[in-house]
Amino acid sequence: MAIAGAVARRSATSRLVEAYGQEFVVLGAIIALFVIVGAVNARFLNDNNLVNIFSGNAYIAVAAIGMSLVIISGHIDVSVGSLIGVLATIAGTLAVQGYPVWIAWSVPVLVGIVINALVGALIAYFRIPSIVVTLGMLSILKGGLISYTGGTWITNMPPAFFIAQARLFGIPAPVYFMVALTILMALWMRYASLGRSIYAVGGNVEAARASGLYPERICVLAFALHGFFAGIAALLFATQLQVIQSTVPPNLELTVITAAVIGGVSILGGTGTVIGSTLAAILFACISSALVFLNVSAYWLRAVLGLLILATVLADMARRRRHRAGGRL
Amino acid sequence: MSRYLLRHEAILAILLVLALFVLALQSDRFFTLDNLLNQGRLMAEVGLVALAMTFVIVSAGIDLSVGSILGLVAILLGIFWQKLGLPLPVAMVLGVVVGAIAGLVNGIIITRFRVPPLIATLATLALYRGLAEGISQARSVRGYPDWFFVLGQGEVLGIPTQLWIFLFCALIAAIVLGMSTFGRATYALGANAVAARFSGIPVDRTILLIYTASGLIAGLAAITFVSRVSTTRSDMGTGLELDVITAVVLGGTSIFGGRGTIIGTLLGLALMQALKNGLALAGVKGDGTIVVIGLILIATIVISNLVRRDVDG
Repeated sequence: MAIAGAVARRSATSRLVEAYGQEFVVLGAIIALFVIVGAVNARFLNDNNLVNIFSGNAYIAVAAIGMSLVIISGHIDVSVGSLIGVLATIAGTLAVQGYPVWIAWSVPVLVGIVINALVGALIAYFRIPSIVVTLGMLSILKGGLISYTGGTWITNMPPAFFIAQARLFGIPAPVYFMVALTILMALWMRYASLGRSIYAVGGNVEAARASGLYPERICVLAFALHGFFAGIAALLFATQLQVIQSTVPPNLELTVITAAVIGGVSILGGTGTVIGSTLAAILFACISSALVFLNVSAYWLRAVLGLLILATVLADMARRRRHRAGGRL
Repeated sequence: MSRYLLRHEAILAILLVLALFVLALQSDRFFTLDNLLNQGRLMAEVGLVALAMTFVIVSAGIDLSVGSILGLVAILLGIFWQKLGLPLPVAMVLGVVVGAIAGLVNGIIITRFRVPPLIATLATLALYRGLAEGISQARSVRGYPDWFFVLGQGEVLGIPTQLWIFLFCALIAAIVLGMSTFGRATYALGANAVAARFSGIPVDRTILLIYTASGLIAGLAAITFVSRVSTTRSDMGTGLELDVITAVVLGGTSIFGGRGTIIGTLLGLALMQALKNGLALAGVKGDGTIVVIGLILIATIVISNLVRRDVDG
C-alpha cells in the first residue's frame, strides 16, 4: 500500500514535471544566467544589451517554433538555415526592385510554405527519410543562392520595408512577433484537433493511422507550417539590419534544431511544446551574449551548443527509459 | 537480393560510362590521364570516409559528424606538432587516434544511451566542430616539412599517394564487408537489429566498431587533406557528410540499412566526381555543383524507392 501510494504521488508530480519540466529548467537557466552574469558584469543587464538579446534573436525563436512542429511530427529539417537565407534574399530583392512592401513581405512567406510543403510531400508520399530530403535541400538552396547572387549585399531597401526595426511602446516588433506566435501556436498545439494530431502522428504513426488520421497529410501540414514560420523568421532576419548579405547564415539550422531540442521537444517525436523552444532560443541568445561579457572567446560557442544538445538528448533518453510506457523507442 | 544489387551496380556502371563518354566529348581536357589522376586525388578524402560510411549506412545508421571529426583532427595535428612540439609522425598517429576516439564516443552514445544515430551524430557534429574552433581560435597552422606533402601532393609509381591509400583501404573494406563474419553481422543488424540480437550477433560491439572505424578513417582523411592543401583550418571538412552520404546512397546502399556494397560505393564516388569535374569544366562554379549533388541525392532515393517497390510488389 505504502509503495502504491508512493508510486501514485510520484506519478502525479512526475506528470507535472513531464508536462512542463523542461520549460521550467530552461526558464531557471535563463534567470540564473542573468543573475550570475549580471553580478560579474553589470553591463550585461543594460537596456541595449537586453534589447539586442531579445530582438536580435527573435527570428531564431520563430524558426524554432516551426522546427518544433516538424520534430514533434517525427521528422527533422536540416535545411532551415538555407531556406531562411533564400527567403530573406527574395524579400530584399523584391523590396529593392520597387514592389509594394506587402508583396516583399508576403511572397517570401508563401515561397517558404510551398517549398516546405513539397519537402513534406516528398517525405510523406515517397517515404524518403526527412534527413535525406532536407540534406539534399540544404545543398540545393545554399548552392543555388550563392551561385545566383554571388553573395552580394542587398542595400537600399525602402524605409517602410524594415519591419523588424519598428517599435511599439519602446519594445521592438520582433519581440511581439515572437511572443504572439509562440502563444498562438502553444494554444493551437494544445487545444486544436489538428495540433493534437501532430503529436499523435509523431508519437506513433500506426496508432494515429488506426485512429483515423492521415499521417501523410499531417506531415505535409507540419512542413508547410514550418515553411510559414521560416518565412516570418526570414522577414525578421532580413529587416533587422540595413543590409542583407545574400548568403546562408552560418550554423543557423543547428541553432534552430538545438533550440527546439533543448526546449523539451523530444527528438523521437510526439512530445514537447513551442513555449520551451522559444525559451531555449532566448537561453542561447543569453549564452552567446554572456560569453562576450565574460570575456570567453566566441569560438567556443558552438562547442557549448554541442554539449547542450548532447546533455539534453541524453537526459531525454534517460527520462524515457524511466517512464517507459509506450513501445516506441 | 543479390540480383537486385547486381542490377543496381550494372545500371551505375552504364551511367558512369555514359557520363565519361559525354564529358569526354564536351571537353578534350577531361579524358587526359593527368585530369583523371587529379580527380582521383580530389576524391580520395571523400572516398576514404565513404568506405566507412557504407558500413554505417548498411548497419541502418548514419554518421553526420565525419566532417567535424576531420576538422578536429586537422586542427589537433597542427596543435600537437606546432604548439606541443611533438614530432610530426607522432602527431599524425595521435590525430588518427583522436579521430577513432571521437568515433568511439559516437558509438557509445548510440549503443549505451540508445540515442538514434542521426541525433547522436548531429550533436557531436556541433560538438567536434566547436572543439576545433575553440581550440584553434580560428588560427591556421602552416609550415609543415616537405616530406609531409608526399602524402597529399606526391606520387608513388605515377599515381597520387592518397589514391594508393584509398585503394588499399577500399580493398580491405570490400573484403571485410563482403566476406567476413563482421560484414555479415553488419548486414544482419542493418536488416533487422532485433533478429540479429536474438541470433547471437554482438550487435552493440559491431556498432561500436563501425563508428570507431568511421572516426578513425575520418582522421586519416584529415591528414591527407592537410597534406594536400598544406595548411590547417578549423572549417576543414564542412559539408563533407553531404558528399559522402550522397556517394554511398548513389552507390546503391539502402538508407534504411541491410543493403549495399563497397563496389557500389566506388561507382557512386566515381560518378559523383566525374559529374563535379564535368560541371566545373563546363564552367559551372563550385556552388552550382552542390546544387546538382543535392538533386542527385534526392532523385537517387526517390528512384530507388520506386524501383524497390516494383521489385517487392
